[in-house]
Amino acid sequence: MVKKAVPFIALAALLVFPLVVKSDYYQHLMILVLMWVVIGSAWNLIAGYTGQVSFGDAAFFGTGAYTAGLLVTKLGWSAWWGLFFGGITAVLIAMPFGWICFRLRGAYFALATLALNEIMRHIATIWEKLTYGMLGILIVQTFASKLPYYYISLALAVISLITVRLVMRSKYGYYFLSIREDQDAAESMGINTHHYKMISLVIAAALTGVAGALYMNYMGFIDPHVVFSLHDISIMAILVGIVGGVGTQYGPAVGAFIMVAVQELFRTGGYGLISKLAKASGSETIISLSEFITKAHVMGFGILVVVAILFLPNGVVGDWNKITRLVLQKKIKGG
Amino acid sequence: MSLLKLDRAVKNFGGLAAVNNVSFEVHKGEIVGLIGPNGAGKTTLFNVINGFYSPSKGDVFFDGKKISGMKPHILCRMGMARTFQIVKPLKRLSALHNVIASAFVRANTRARAEEIAVEALKFTNLYDDRDVLSKALPIGKRKRLEIARALATQPALLLLDESFAGLNPSELNESIEIIRKIKEKGITILIIEHHMKVIMSISDRIVVLNYGEKIAEGTPHEIGSNPLVVEAYLGEAQDA
Repeated sequence: MVKKAVPFIALAALLVFPLVVKSDYYQHLMILVLMWVVIGSAWNLIAGYTGQVSFGDAAFFGTGAYTAGLLVTKLGWSAWWGLFFGGITAVLIAMPFGWICFRLRGAYFALATLALNEIMRHIATIWEKLTYGMLGILIVQTFASKLPYYYISLALAVISLITVRLVMRSKYGYYFLSIREDQDAAESMGINTHHYKMISLVIAAALTGVAGALYMNYMGFIDPHVVFSLHDISIMAILVGIVGGVGTQYGPAVGAFIMVAVQELFRTGGYGLISKLAKASGSETIISLSEFITKAHVMGFGILVVVAILFLPNGVVGDWNKITRLVLQKKIKGG
Repeated sequence: MSLLKLDRAVKNFGGLAAVNNVSFEVHKGEIVGLIGPNGAGKTTLFNVINGFYSPSKGDVFFDGKKISGMKPHILCRMGMARTFQIVKPLKRLSALHNVIASAFVRANTRARAEEIAVEALKFTNLYDDRDVLSKALPIGKRKRLEIARALATQPALLLLDESFAGLNPSELNESIEIIRKIKEKGITILIIEHHMKVIMSISDRIVVLNYGEKIAEGTPHEIGSNPLVVEAYLGEAQDA
């Protein structure tokens, strides 16, 4: 009973959050969290539930972002149309890719998604006539306040969670899980595995493309290295999934929260703590070391993956019972 | 009338003919046993019939239609189901969900799929284990789960690949009973089995493979007294 109420309590808290916390900085972080809930849920659908691990979510994210940006610069439309067309263009990329690459299984498919990521980034860099290449795209944001962005992000996060939930409760959900567990068994059970893998990928790509369009609208600036980034988008999506809990409904939501916090912790060097300590010590070595740590958030991600896989293979949500047991035991021992 | 017909089916792997020029028919309502020493090509033949491999030469007909090269999922829709010798449960799903997933082939709603699944689980005496994760089931029950999953697709032809291997005597009797009940439902069965007592008692006819070729076909009685078969297959058993 309590567990069932948690999502609703969380939603209520998120609804009042920006009214209570007026700080632009924290509102900004929460917008990022909500955007990652969308991307993480999408990754979870194709990788967590359908078992087709993707290393190339940025391909769909960037496509969505560029669609939104180009609608403004080329057609003079509002970038908000990107929320619709960004999803569609991401699907248009996903369909031929999936049609060809779903012949590959397991790690080979994952490698193909990695290649797609890189191909899309190079296209965005080289095709300057369309994409402006490394200059990127700059648009004027619609709102000065963070509030509208916050609530739009929240709505998209809720929509993606509901989408995944509805899909997983239907025949499609059973088919996705069957494909994840055993492709040959699934085939012999009458499941057209190629077809259903495509459906899963298309839904995931659409959601990720929408998240990309949201990013364009909110940040106002994109370039190929930002939105087609392997480590900041594709790997981050995997981390959100793994840390939160692969193949769990709310894993990506929890994972998004943790990962944005971790990313921010690294980016700011423990909220400036490390550099302050380094300066206080006065030692050159420690100062340069602190700079290194601040820049090494990708390495921090790597360490986090190892830790998560070693101690929480099912993620925070999947291993929740294990975590509570550990905490309780410590309390008993300590008391 | 023949439900399944193989017409000089060949499956080559490089220079090796794993199945060589095999022809036989399975008639509606029959139980046909497929036997042969290890490596005779029985499972390869199943994979050819079931669509995991397409035949290198020759043809397979199901219900009068040529099916050579068709995919397993299409054949499943047409009414052909199979079990695997090395069981392939959907490990992280419960027994019930395993069977629901396969029942969706014949169901439009989740409720209808569950209805079919429950029926299949009761039929195979697995209903009490419906909520157990299939990776936690013992081998005997996993073998029956394979059968339940195949039955949930409501097949006309059921291909059973060593569904009796590794069972203890009481499980063996339980499974034989289930096979008899499946036949009573009017489902045709082609079964691979090493257990001679079982195959001799339940089969209407038996096809014997050796080195990929059919060396004999007939009633259990005829097969038991065929010198070729005794030499290739039963002879070994008598020596042991």
